[in-house]
Amino acid sequence: MAKAGDKSGTKGKKGLKRKATAEEPQEAAVAEDGATESGVQPPKTAAFPPGFSISEIKNKQRRHLMFTRWKQQQRKEKLAIKKKLKKEREALGDKAPPKPIPKTIDNQRVHDETIVDPNDEEVAYDEATDEFASYFNRQTSPKILITTSDRPHGRTVRLCEQLSTVIPNSHVYYRRGLALKKIIPQCISRDFTDLIVINEDRKTPNGLILSHLPSGPTAHFKMSSVRLRKEIKRRGKDPTEHVPEIILNNFTTRLGHSVGRMFASLFPHNPQFIGRQVATFHNQRDYIFFRFHRYIFKSEKKVGIQELGPRFTLKLRSLQKGTFDSKYGEYEWVHKVCALFFEEPFISFQKYRMRRKLCTLSFECLYLMFLTSTSLKEPISDKVFGSDD
Amino acid sequence: MAAAGARWNHVWVGTETGILKGSTVRQPRSGRHPALLCPQILMGCADKTVRYFSTEEGRFQGHKHCPGGEGTFRGLAQVDGTLITCVDSGIVRVWRNNDKEASSDPLLELSVGPGVCRMRQDPARPHVVATGGKENALKVWDLQGSEEPVFRAKNVRNDWLDLRVPIWDQDIQFLPESQKLVTCTGYHQVRVYDPASPQRRPVLEATYGEYPLTAMTLTPGGNSVIVGNTHGQLAEIDLRQGRLLGCLKGLAGSVRGLQCHPSKPLLASCGLDRVLRVHRIRNPRGLEHKVYLKSQLNCLLLSGRDDWEDQPQEPQEPKKAALQDTETDELWASLEAAAKRKLPDLEQTQGALQTRRRKKQRPGSTST
Repeated sequence: MAKAGDKSGTKGKKGLKRKATAEEPQEAAVAEDGATESGVQPPKTAAFPPGFSISEIKNKQRRHLMFTRWKQQQRKEKLAIKKKLKKEREALGDKAPPKPIPKTIDNQRVHDETIVDPNDEEVAYDEATDEFASYFNRQTSPKILITTSDRPHGRTVRLCEQLSTVIPNSHVYYRRGLALKKIIPQCISRDFTDLIVINEDRKTPNGLILSHLPSGPTAHFKMSSVRLRKEIKRRGKDPTEHVPEIILNNFTTRLGHSVGRMFASLFPHNPQFIGRQVATFHNQRDYIFFRFHRYIFKSEKKVGIQELGPRFTLKLRSLQKGTFDSKYGEYEWVHKVCALFFEEPFISFQKYRMRRKLCTLSFECLYLMFLTSTSLKEPISDKVFGSDD
Repeated sequence: MAAAGARWNHVWVGTETGILKGSTVRQPRSGRHPALLCPQILMGCADKTVRYFSTEEGRFQGHKHCPGGEGTFRGLAQVDGTLITCVDSGIVRVWRNNDKEASSDPLLELSVGPGVCRMRQDPARPHVVATGGKENALKVWDLQGSEEPVFRAKNVRNDWLDLRVPIWDQDIQFLPESQKLVTCTGYHQVRVYDPASPQRRPVLEATYGEYPLTAMTLTPGGNSVIVGNTHGQLAEIDLRQGRLLGCLKGLAGSVRGLQCHPSKPLLASCGLDRVLRVHRIRNPRGLEHKVYLKSQLNCLLLSGRDDWEDQPQEPQEPKKAALQDTETDELWASLEAAAKRKLPDLEQTQGALQTRRRKKQRPGSTST
């Protein structure tokens, strides 16, 4: 019986004591031979050996019971403390100290020294002489080649097609057993500026390699949460041929800058506002969320958005200097799993407390708030990273 | 960096964009008399000029245009008032070092073979240089001798599939107190050659990792080397047995420059991840300091300072540098005690002292 085994060394928890004291007289009568006097009471603190915990009870039902009892007690205590605090606050009224702010990961972030200062001239010089300078100086316009890993399946193929509608001036080619290192010189000779390779595993796309072509860096991403157009609920009609605007959020560190510039160089420089389409790369804790929306301003403050187009999440695995050469290329940054608990996310940094509230909202709400915060007078493209227009 | 403080820099780092940066490593210890510093730094730039930087004055003094050959500089050396340069296409030239801008004809010109990755001067015999590169085997040249190399290495035997093993010597070091050389290759091999022995093939071969080894340095003991590869992995390899002694964590990008301190177990490393790191190699192995420098770092040079525990000279407090004897121990102790007692808004240096100490006490901060 469950109750009979009660005495076998359970710790003297308060909850247990109530039952124990009720049972002890009976137990004592059973345990002690010949102790018939009901006046003899064993000591209130029952004989539980020190350091005993509920997890040492062998009987599962009993253990579960002990645990639930303990948990209820804990909850009661917590509620009591809360009530007491609340009472104290009410008693103090106006003089009560302000409520403490809960700690979140974003709150507790240590300042990252690699965050780029907008006025930093060394970084500006670096960016003026790097591989994307010709794009940002309007000397080249992007031409993208989208392909996949060898012999792709349906989902990947459809994702490529949808991506090519999102990215203007892009071409999809079916990959059939040709090495990337052989593809790259051919692309360069045909004036392509970027190469996107979507890697597929077990019929789902799971990786993205973005290589800037003449000599530029190659970024390798892990892709997850891929949603094709028909899987997106309440979506709008298919995107038009207009050049979309781009929004790049939270690419604040030096590595984030490089990656952000890579994304920016995929799209032509002159967005067509008539199309009211916008592609967003939102970075949060090193996950880059890609969304494609169509917006409409209903009034100065109110914006309606419709999600079109595919949606996916990227995480940077490595940034390699030079075109795709995973074996002999030099890496500018490699994601190292063992080093993860030493350093916080590398691409972004959010220092404001208020942002933690935005994080809990859905992406659409965040987006709406972002859009409404800008007035109609300034074109949205000023929010584009680097304000290159 | 301030001009007055330039002489106190521990590490000089060159970046991809052509900037030379000096960095000091701060530790709140007692001040001692500084050792002799290297007075001048030669910096080879991608536009085929060699610039002279004076550490005393903290600025560039002049430059020398060294034309000829294609590609970037792969090695620079100085001997007896002459300058030796080696470029990618394999032209090694010896120039008269007259410190003026007028470019003169080279005194001596050698063709080493195309695809040179490194040219290194023997510190014991300054007129001897070694070159090696991609499909360019290791060759040791005596610049005062003939036009033929003194030692020409032979490739290892064909592998188990009877295929020729490719050659890609990325870095070369001369071992002290012997004629031996160590090379690290792009095919993740570390090889030891001995010109004194009759065999031209490597005496010892060790492999590490799966990625090309880009930089190498000798440890103070002389028995091991530390190599770095394109993934930012640093490893210490014993040269007597050819085995791996240990690894160093922290770098996230390709290692471009490595140098060990000549006497202390400290290693400075720089790479494409834009951070200069100083690691401690033994007891215990771990990261000491990390400095974020905003550009991709290409090469580094430790200054000739023996003491890394000097308080660097601050431009606003020059009188601290005058304290050179051991009585400063008490002075520093009293300053430290004072710093702890004061309120958080301290002077700049003492604030730095506090934060450094606090950082060191954090557990698990040995490697990043």
